[in-house]
Amino acid sequence: MKILVCISKTPDTTAKIAFADNNTKFAAEGVQWIINPYDEWYALVRAIELKEANPEVVLHLINVGNADNEPIIRKALALGGDEAIRINSEIADSFNVASQIAAVAKEGNYDLVFTGKETIDYNGSSIGGMIAELLDLPFISHAVKFDLEGSNATVTREIDGGEEVDKAILPLVVSCQKGMAEQRIPNMKGIMGARTKPLKVMEPISADVLTSIASFDLPPVKAGVKLVSADNPEELVRLLHDEAKAF
Amino acid sequence: MVLVFIDQSEGQIKKASFEAASYASKIAAQLGTTAEAVLLGVTSENLSNLGNYGVKKVHTIANETLTNFDAQLYTKAIAQVVEATNADVIVFSNNTTGKAVAPRLSARLKAGLVTGAIALPDTSNGFTVKKTVFSAKAFANININTPKKIISLNPNSFNISSTTDTAEVVPFNTSVDASKIAVSAINKVTGEVSLSEAEIVVSGGRGLKGPENWGLVTELATLLGAATACSRPVADIHWRPHHEHVGQTGLAIAPNLYIAIGISGAIQHLAGVNRSKIIVVINKDPEAPFFKAADYGIVGDAFEVMPKIIEAVKKIKATA
Repeated sequence: MKILVCISKTPDTTAKIAFADNNTKFAAEGVQWIINPYDEWYALVRAIELKEANPEVVLHLINVGNADNEPIIRKALALGGDEAIRINSEIADSFNVASQIAAVAKEGNYDLVFTGKETIDYNGSSIGGMIAELLDLPFISHAVKFDLEGSNATVTREIDGGEEVDKAILPLVVSCQKGMAEQRIPNMKGIMGARTKPLKVMEPISADVLTSIASFDLPPVKAGVKLVSADNPEELVRLLHDEAKAF
Repeated sequence: MVLVFIDQSEGQIKKASFEAASYASKIAAQLGTTAEAVLLGVTSENLSNLGNYGVKKVHTIANETLTNFDAQLYTKAIAQVVEATNADVIVFSNNTTGKAVAPRLSARLKAGLVTGAIALPDTSNGFTVKKTVFSAKAFANININTPKKIISLNPNSFNISSTTDTAEVVPFNTSVDASKIAVSAINKVTGEVSLSEAEIVVSGGRGLKGPENWGLVTELATLLGAATACSRPVADIHWRPHHEHVGQTGLAIAPNLYIAIGISGAIQHLAGVNRSKIIVVINKDPEAPFFKAADYGIVGDAFEVMPKIIEAVKKIKATA
């Protein structure tokens, strides 16, 4: 049983969002980088739990990016996993990234590929679906629960207005979100162990780039809050009804 | 031609699909072409009514297998319709179905994809689509550089426009493989407004002190026909179910009106709600960061303020 977990590097959730080079690039200076929370807290931790339940599971992590990404890959390895692969490539677009990962997944014959439901920077929700299509595998997105018995998976996924329980046979691609697992903090043993785990660097394959970023904008600044006295909440309701026409 | 995917669940068309159809029709007008729709699975809805939203034709594959969702089979079916109709632009709603199918279709057709679009494409010089990024703290303008283009539209970001026109409904003949995914249960939260599609959302935080006080939230929500939501700590301590959690790691929503009661407005919460058109904050702490992102606010005790708000809304509703 081989599991591949896709790990992305994103700015910290509290990072200041600003742009440079005439609003064409994210202003990365001074930004704290983290493992994309959906990849870390849900995809990776659930995969680690599957390995803890079945020691025969081989768990690999994969990241696409340059050498600056290695600290967050080591941090992921400190949580768990046997080895990591870094595809030495700048990020071009989601299709290019998915093509890189799909090539490794195919070559490595993984039974299960986990991604987070989206990254918190580009909010694309695209990589998992693209990998599944490139591998011609079933894809279950927005999973909140994942159980495995042999090669039979039972997956609960979010749907609009509720949940759906699906059954499928591996191999499978799954995108993960809240509910899959609980966040873990790496312990000292994990951090020490991660230093000596293999981190393979592979050169990218040639793959298409379908989209490009023209520019970024920041949302317009709000006019400021209109405060209503706590003694007169009826005035708030009147404003919402008559001025804002919100209901 | 612009092809819009119409999403059904258990045979019912989702509201987000009417937005997507209106959006697709506007793109078609902009490109000097027409919009058509594709619907998979069996439905009892009158599909010619999709013409109300500007589509001229509805291609249907009324195959029982496709009534249940399977991203792999949906992608194959839609790709066949794209090929047969020679569609250049394919539009999805960026809901759970669109998020699973649009990327697959993008990879299959090598068609550039923008997910989470919030406006019509700019076609004055190429094909550029505006989308939210950094959890709605910014926007990116993305060029699609391929002949075929796929856009998924964020729910609640484009107004539905409708006429009395009707569409021609044409069955699309194709064979459908057996699904590799067996749906064993669908559990919908019934009797409540769907949070992702709601126009008004009333949300509570830890300031409400305990689940026994949620009547203040639900009563206002019922009066307004609103969905209910909550902050992350509230879901984590199980005062409210997880599917109500809005924020960075929960659901991101964009209602017309978001009313936050007893929520301080941490940056992670704002990431899930700052696309709301009007934000109302009720909090007793004047320093709560949420006031900076709000349009209207009351600095006050929710337990005193809320009953008066509920009464005032009742009065307006009674005279409406």
